[in-house]
Formats: sequence, C-alpha cells, structure tokens
Amino acid sequence: MIRLEPRTTPSRALALLAPFAAVVCALALAAIPLLAAGQNLFEAYGLMVKGAFGSAFAFSETLTRATPLILTGLAAAVAFRAKLWNIGGEGQFYLGALAAVIVGTGAVSGPAWVLVPLVLLAGASAGAIGLIGPAYLKTRFKTDEVVTTLLLNFIILLFVQMALQGWLKDPMSLGWPQSEPIVDEATLPALFEKYRVHAGLLVSLAAATAITIVMRHTVLGFELRAVGENPDAARHAGISVNGTMLKAAAISGALAGLAGTSEVIGLKGYLTSDISPGFGYAGIVVAMLARLSPVGVVISSIFIAGVFVGADSMSRAIGVSSYLADLVVALALLSVLVAGFSIRYRIRWLGLRGGEA
Amino acid sequence: MEFLEIFLSANFWAAAVRIATPLIFGTLGALICERAGVLNLGIEGIFTAGAMAGWMAVWLGAGLFGGILVAAIVGAMIGLIHAILTVPLGLSQHVSGIGVTMLATSAAYFTYRTALPDVTSPPRIEPFQPLTLPLLSDIPFLGPALFQHTIMTYIAIALVFFVAWVMARTPLGLAIRAVGDNPSSVDSQGLSVYGLRIGAVMAGSALMAIGGAFLTMAAFDAFFFGMVNGRGWICIALTVFASWRPKKALLGALLFGAFEAYQVRLQTEVGAVVPGEIFLMAPYVLSIIALVIAARGADYPRALLTPWFKGQR
Repeated sequence: MIRLEPRTTPSRALALLAPFAAVVCALALAAIPLLAAGQNLFEAYGLMVKGAFGSAFAFSETLTRATPLILTGLAAAVAFRAKLWNIGGEGQFYLGALAAVIVGTGAVSGPAWVLVPLVLLAGASAGAIGLIGPAYLKTRFKTDEVVTTLLLNFIILLFVQMALQGWLKDPMSLGWPQSEPIVDEATLPALFEKYRVHAGLLVSLAAATAITIVMRHTVLGFELRAVGENPDAARHAGISVNGTMLKAAAISGALAGLAGTSEVIGLKGYLTSDISPGFGYAGIVVAMLARLSPVGVVISSIFIAGVFVGADSMSRAIGVSSYLADLVVALALLSVLVAGFSIRYRIRWLGLRGGEA
Repeated sequence: MEFLEIFLSANFWAAAVRIATPLIFGTLGALICERAGVLNLGIEGIFTAGAMAGWMAVWLGAGLFGGILVAAIVGAMIGLIHAILTVPLGLSQHVSGIGVTMLATSAAYFTYRTALPDVTSPPRIEPFQPLTLPLLSDIPFLGPALFQHTIMTYIAIALVFFVAWVMARTPLGLAIRAVGDNPSSVDSQGLSVYGLRIGAVMAGSALMAIGGAFLTMAAFDAFFFGMVNGRGWICIALTVFASWRPKKALLGALLFGAFEAYQVRLQTEVGAVVPGEIFLMAPYVLSIIALVIAARGADYPRALLTPWFKGQR
C-alpha cells in the first residue's frame, strides 16, 4: 500500500527541480508518437535542439519567438497567482495588436520617443480592458471566467478579421486582409543587424523585472497572493477581494496586450489575423512551467520558444509534423502539474500489508 | 416579413436539430462529469480527438458504428487522463482541463498530419445518411423537420431521456449526484468516491468524443483543422444554462441550434450590409449572455471543483 501525506512545508529543492523533471518527462512521452511515426528519436530531437539553439541565427529566432511568450506567460502568472483563471491571453494579444495598428499606422504622428511608448500604452490598455470585462462578470455575477475568456478569444479574433476585411484593410495590399504598415516612428528597432530579434525583447524583460518587484515588494503583490491563497482570510484581513481581482485582471490583460503590440510593431510591421500561432495559450504553459515565478517565465519562455522553433526546423528537415511541438508543450503542462503534486505531497510506501498503520 | 418566414420552413428546423446534435452529446457529457464534481475543460480537445479518431477509423475500413465506438473509446481514455489528474491527485481542474484540451488537439492534428502528410484536402468517407422514419417522416412540415435525420440525432435525443432517467431514478445516478455534492457521505456508505468520479468523467468524455465524431461522420464527411471551433466551450456554457439537467440541456442545445440556423439564413438576406463575422460571433456572444444570466443563483453541484482525498472527513 502507498499513502499520500501532505508535506508540512513544500519541498524547496523539489520545487526547483520539478519543471526540469516535467520537461524531461514531456520529451520522453512525446517520443512515443515520434517512434510510432517511424522516426529516429535521436535524430529528431537532435535536429530540434540544433534548430533552436545550434547557431547564432537559430538562437536569435528562439529569442524572437520567446519575446511575446514572456509577456503572455507573465500575464498568466499574475492572473493565476490571484486564482483568476485567465485563459483569454490569445484574445487580449489580438486586442493589443489591434490597438497597435489603430494608433501606429499614421493616425498619430510624432517622434519615436513619443510614439513608441504611446502605442505600447494603447496596446496594454486594450488588453487590460479585454480582461477587466470577464473579471467584472466573475466578481459581480460569479460567471466562470474560464469559459467567458475562452469564448472571448473567438469573438475578438472574428472582430479582428472583420476589421481587416473592412475599415483597417490596407488598400495597397491587393485584396489581402492585412492592415496598413506601422509608421517608422512607431516601430521597435531590431537589436542586431541581420537578425529578427527586436527591442520587444527588452520590453518583455523590463516587464518581467517590474512584475518581480511588484509581486515581491509591494502591497499589491502581497494582496494578489493573499487573495489567491485564501480569499476568506484575505477578506478578514481587510483586503478587497473583488478589487484585487480587478487589479490582477488589469495587469494580466495589459501584459498579454503588450505581447500583441510588440509582435506587430517589433516583428511583423502590420497586422494579419494569423499573427499569433497560439501565443496566448502557450503563455499558460510558460507560466505553469515557471511555477508562476516571473524570472522562471523568462527561462521557460525560451524553452517553449525553442521547442516551437526547433520543431519547425526539424519538420522541414525530416518531414515530421511540426504539431509535435504542440504535443510536447501540452505534455509539459500536464507533467508540471503532476510534478507540482509531488512538491506538496510525500508518497509513503507502507509495505505490502500496511495502510492501517 | 421574410425574417419571420424563416421559422415557417421545415428546412430551418431540420438544420436547427442538426446543429444541436453534437451540442447535445457534448452537453450531456459535460453534465455527467460536473454532476460528479469534476469540471472537464478537456471537452474541446476531446471533441477534436473524437472527430479525428471516428473519421479515421472509418477511412481505414471500419464501419460507421465501429468509428463511433473508436471515438468513444478514445474519448474515455482521454477522460481517464483528466480523471487521474483531478480525482486521486486532486490537481487543478481548470489547468488540467486546458492541458488535456491542448494534448488531445495536438495529438489529433499530429496523427492526422502523420497519416496524411501531403494532402491539402482530406479524403472523404461515406457518412451517416438521413434515416427517414416510416409514417412519421411523411407528416407535413414536422416530418422533414424532425424525422429525416441521421441515426446519431435520434440516439442523441434518446440519450437525453436515458441520462435523465439514470440521474433521477437509479442508484447509480443518485451516487453520481451525491459524489458531486457531498463526497464524504458517499464514502461513509462504503462506495468509492474515486471510482464514481473517474467513471463519470470517462463516460462523459466518451459522449463528448461522440459529439465530435458526429461532425466528421454525419454533419460533414471529413476532418478539417479547427473544425470544432469552440463547440466544446459552448457545451460548458450550456451545462450551466441547463442547471445540470439533461432535459433542459436538450432545450438549450435546440435553442442554440435554432439561433445558429436562423442567423445563417438571415445572413443570406442581409449579408450585403452586415459583415459575416458579426453572425459568426453571435453564438459565442449568446453563450456568454446565457452564462451570465444562468450563473446568477445557479445551483452548482456543491463539490464541483473541490478535490476529495481518502481519509478526509
């Protein structure tokens, strides 16, 4: 018999180890479909690592992909801390991207040091509004925010498609549904010549630093954690649970919105309705792998980005479907969830006949 | 008034029932899981996996019912993953469900792409054909509206009454409801809380997968990326709307089907002035509104989302 016992204090060593164990476990499990597809495991994974980290170019591509993931990962981490289940990062990403083209394609003109912050602010605000709505429904009517944010993802994407077919459509795009290009003054510059990695990465890292400070050293950070861990106790301590929830929503939505903005003004330069290959959803995995720590988000974003970039490159080389990346990412999420269990519980072997002890 | 004339066409009502069918399977599935105390957000992925598995089984040579069976087994197995994570391990039902959706969706897509690497359009199968019920289908108006559907639609409607009966009138149904309301009381009667919850999640997931299989095997005749398109999430909203009652779930799904069939027809009338996306958005907006209205004062299964551990009082 085995028995599960709650640990009195969560194991710190295991907490640090858990994400790595989860990643190993995810890669091991993903080997099953790879082998079933008749592939050579070492060749496939070897090509993935090479495609993600094997050269300066590969690594720059991984960092480019990690840039929005850091922001959507932070968005999920902040919301989940307060037990606000924001699964709408994808929709908020598109709101931020939409705001970027509304403000940044010539509606406002000015020097770059005015325009870039203005566009970022617009994107963050749009994302924040996108989550404050569902959070308000949750606090006011107890409407489950998971379902509302999920449904909003579809609504927002359709809205973007409608805008790109109509009032936002670039007349010069030859019928292609895309927005007008971002003006030069509103563009985030590339960091190095010949590589796509752009100043959005600095925005992401600054956001990670800011969230670290807020969570560790401010009253708001304390309130967020208190509400997430025990809302009743928080209420008794005089914290406004609903107010804190709305603040968490504003920050989380803003971060996801910024991801969309930075992708438009840093990488693409215009908006299409397929600009995100699921950055919002992947952000959930990033946050869980990071165990909701902002510093961890940066590391796990680079890993998840590497999986996607590496799988693309492997797919081109040996023809394995790049959906393998999505499979690894999903397995990583489930694995880290189980790993989290082992941090809080001890599995005790009670001998073959034990159990009554 | 052409807007009202739509309601007078048997064709419209037939479409409403057809659109409602996968939602009936999915909502029944979600309802069974939640009655037992487990929110199953794996539903969207389970729909996708069921759609892929059923269709692929038929494409590989299985019969249509063989395909449905394959979909149900695949659904139950995915449900088992969610059940193990959320019941004995007691992990977050929200996060596990999202993870299961990601896993099932990517597994379905990966399998599809691996089996059919180069095709741009998927091979078609011979789907379920409408089954015209003798005599009934000859009734004017009602016949073509209600009695010329595929057998899956009749099964879905029969299942509503079967599940309602099981839930309300049998010891099993009582036990499932009890385990979602007060698991400790079930445990003290010597029944297995884990067994009931895991079983309910597996059964519910099998129904969700059949809902998905309806899409590829009756509504259409092939598997496409993104074809589930939020139907699973809509079922989760419908479950709350139905306050966890099978017959109200049927009503909700039919209302939803009617709404969607109506907007498709309306779109052809006013499509020139109103962008199509507005109509496509409507089901999701409607779901949110239904959820907000229903969630106030909803009679949630009391132990929904709450893990229970053996030995706990």
